[in-house]
Amino acid sequence: MDHFPTNWGNPRAENVDSYNTYPVASHIGTVPHSVQQIAGYGHTNGHPTSHTQSPVVTGTSVLGLKFKGGVIMAADNLASYGSLARFRDVERLHQVADFTVLGASGDMSDYQYVKNLIDSQMIKEYNADDGHTLATPNIYEYLWRVMYNRRSKMNPLWNTFVLGGVHKGERFLGAIDLKGTPYQAASIATGFGSHLAQPILRKELETLGGEDQISEEQAVKIMKKCMMVLFYRDARSMNKFQLAKITEEGVTISEPMSVETEWGFAENIRGYGA
Amino acid sequence: MFRNQYDNDISTWSPQGRLHQIEYALEAVKQGSASVGLRSNTHVVLLALKRSSGELASHQQKLFRIDNHMGIAIAGLVSDARVLSNFMRTECMKSKMMYDRPMPGSRLVSLIGDKAQVNTQNYGRRPYGVGLLVASYDDETGPHLYECLPNANCLEYYAVSIGAKSQSAKTYLEKFAKDYGETDVDALIMHGLHALRETLQQDKELNLKNCSIGVVGKGQDWDVIEGDRLKAYLEQLETGAATTETGAAATTAGDLPQGEAMDTE
Amino acid sequence: MAEHPFQHPSIPSEPTPQIHQTPPTQQLYSREMFSTYPGQVVADYPVSVPIEHRFDPYVDNGGTLLSIAGEDFCVVAADTRQSEGYSINARYVPKSVKLSDKTVISMGGCYADCLTLTKRIQQSMEWYRHAHGKTMSTAAVAQMLSIMLYQKRFFPFYSWCILGGLDEEGKGAVYTYDPVGSYERESCRCAGSASSLIQPFLDNQINFKNQESQRQQLSLDQVVRITKDSFTSATERDIYTGDYLEIFVITKDGVEVQKMDLKKD
Repeated sequence: MDHFPTNWGNPRAENVDSYNTYPVASHIGTVPHSVQQIAGYGHTNGHPTSHTQSPVVTGTSVLGLKFKGGVIMAADNLASYGSLARFRDVERLHQVADFTVLGASGDMSDYQYVKNLIDSQMIKEYNADDGHTLATPNIYEYLWRVMYNRRSKMNPLWNTFVLGGVHKGERFLGAIDLKGTPYQAASIATGFGSHLAQPILRKELETLGGEDQISEEQAVKIMKKCMMVLFYRDARSMNKFQLAKITEEGVTISEPMSVETEWGFAENIRGYGA
Repeated sequence: MFRNQYDNDISTWSPQGRLHQIEYALEAVKQGSASVGLRSNTHVVLLALKRSSGELASHQQKLFRIDNHMGIAIAGLVSDARVLSNFMRTECMKSKMMYDRPMPGSRLVSLIGDKAQVNTQNYGRRPYGVGLLVASYDDETGPHLYECLPNANCLEYYAVSIGAKSQSAKTYLEKFAKDYGETDVDALIMHGLHALRETLQQDKELNLKNCSIGVVGKGQDWDVIEGDRLKAYLEQLETGAATTETGAAATTAGDLPQGEAMDTE
Repeated sequence: MAEHPFQHPSIPSEPTPQIHQTPPTQQLYSREMFSTYPGQVVADYPVSVPIEHRFDPYVDNGGTLLSIAGEDFCVVAADTRQSEGYSINARYVPKSVKLSDKTVISMGGCYADCLTLTKRIQQSMEWYRHAHGKTMSTAAVAQMLSIMLYQKRFFPFYSWCILGGLDEEGKGAVYTYDPVGSYERESCRCAGSASSLIQPFLDNQINFKNQESQRQQLSLDQVVRITKDSFTSATERDIYTGDYLEIFVITKDGVEVQKMDLKKD
């Protein structure tokens, strides 16, 4: 018995997990990594010596939406170990500067490493004490360089990050993935959220008339709705999440909250029951 | 004339608590032709006197562009200045590449300070033989003017000058110091030219060839004014000469008082 | 050798290291001393094994770009959709960047690579400006870009580049590249996800293939109209093209940018 779910007699024999939902244990089982390297075990067994090739403890979707006067972000408090809901009080939204919030999906240890990198940068800026600090676009650029350089070393940080903020009266919402792909948009959703929440966010943006027409209350409501949909359909999500709001006033990250759900028999719902 | 037994290398103190080699390096700055810098609330202007070795020779470059928001004027060894400006340009590009942010002037100046200091403490090294005036502008903290010397002192100024006879320019600059804040760029340049003129040798004049002006400020990328573009300013200098002549009392270029080589604060 | 009860069946009892340096002749200790379980082989001399990676660093973010050279103008156009698989990341991510008053670069492929390459081009152009005191010509940027791409021949930038601008004579110029730096000057080119849809159309409408009798010098207005038609058509059939069209028009007066809506489905 060890701590790799794939070695627990799981009915599925997974050599490849194309959705990266499941930490696949080394098939050499008990051979330590260092020994594999030295003896070339990996090669004799057809398995390569590897850098991080898959995430281990993971967070699911992060959402972001621009609204009139600010940016709102959402992420639940779950860090999964494969299909195991391992850590249930993890904060995946982190305030990195006075007007900047970093949200992370993907590998949680890589996220902590990046969080530490950015915090160190911010401390360096603070200590310089010369009236300069890194604003949201600067942090975004830095984060992009870090992610791109790691992918270029073939040793990626297994995350998709969302960075939200306000700078000089401009709202900022951008994402960067493990291949260093940066993009900015009025609404962003990572992971499963890109399939389940992004359509809702884009629809709301369109019907309400764009990011300048959405009030803060509406934005909160939209976010909660998206988190609810995700909780219903994303098996790696949890009904306990936080919202981060960034406006000219600063950053507020809410206490964990949940939405009301209904799990009764779907008899009267069209397409399910009779 | 300066020789004594404590100046063989950089890392030997004299019994008076001085480092002679560093003071010699400061003398190298004074050998160079003068550079003047002054700052308003929105702009910084650098002015320099360019030397040439003869009628058939070109004039030595005194102003260097570092980035859109930054430029320097030098006095002393030009080759050392080129090394330093190369360093500054590299740092500016690093900042753009890493953070998408123009390098803050204050940060770059302290980096130069760190670099120069190493040359004042390690055996077998040579301090830079050049003084720099650094002009920079950024939206967060506005315009800045710094002076960097071989003794690794980097200070910020409202107005300053370095190089041969720079004391005369300083005397002029101090006289009108209270005016610079609200002054527009052209008037700032005129003050600079008056100060620069004080550093000329007896029989020399400022002309289109031996003078260059650098400007940076709010909504104004670093721009070097040379050649024909100087005409208007030099003409104004000639016509307005009488009015300001009285203000700028002629002083002889005084050497720095002893003990100023190393700031011992 | 008897099978050990704890041994993993897939591990040969004595695997030979695949790549290693010659072991020292004298053995002061046995290899078994370092084993943590029976049958484990531990090398007591430095070994190096190749590291194999399966991570795919590239992603195709789609998008289409196009450039057409005219007599005294050049048009560079690209859609602004950024995709990843069947998902649209964002609807407005510009693929073209103005490099100077005479040159515009447009890139498609892996967006992270494209953006990095663009930054590197801009840096090189900055160094050129520092060194020569002038902006790089379109032809010089074209040659440089080829070298920059080829420098990464064995870990290429996944980017399809089209460089558009005016040459030294003021004539429209289009340079096209493959990801490893092979390049040529052409009169028009389309690259990216819908290139196979648009290029034949350009061959016919710009180069007058199969309608030689119709050959004429196209005006800027005609070229812009052909560009717009190309993209609206491509948007119908290519899922990676759409959202907005950004058209850069380069003339002797500088670079002008037009925006146009494309279908967002």
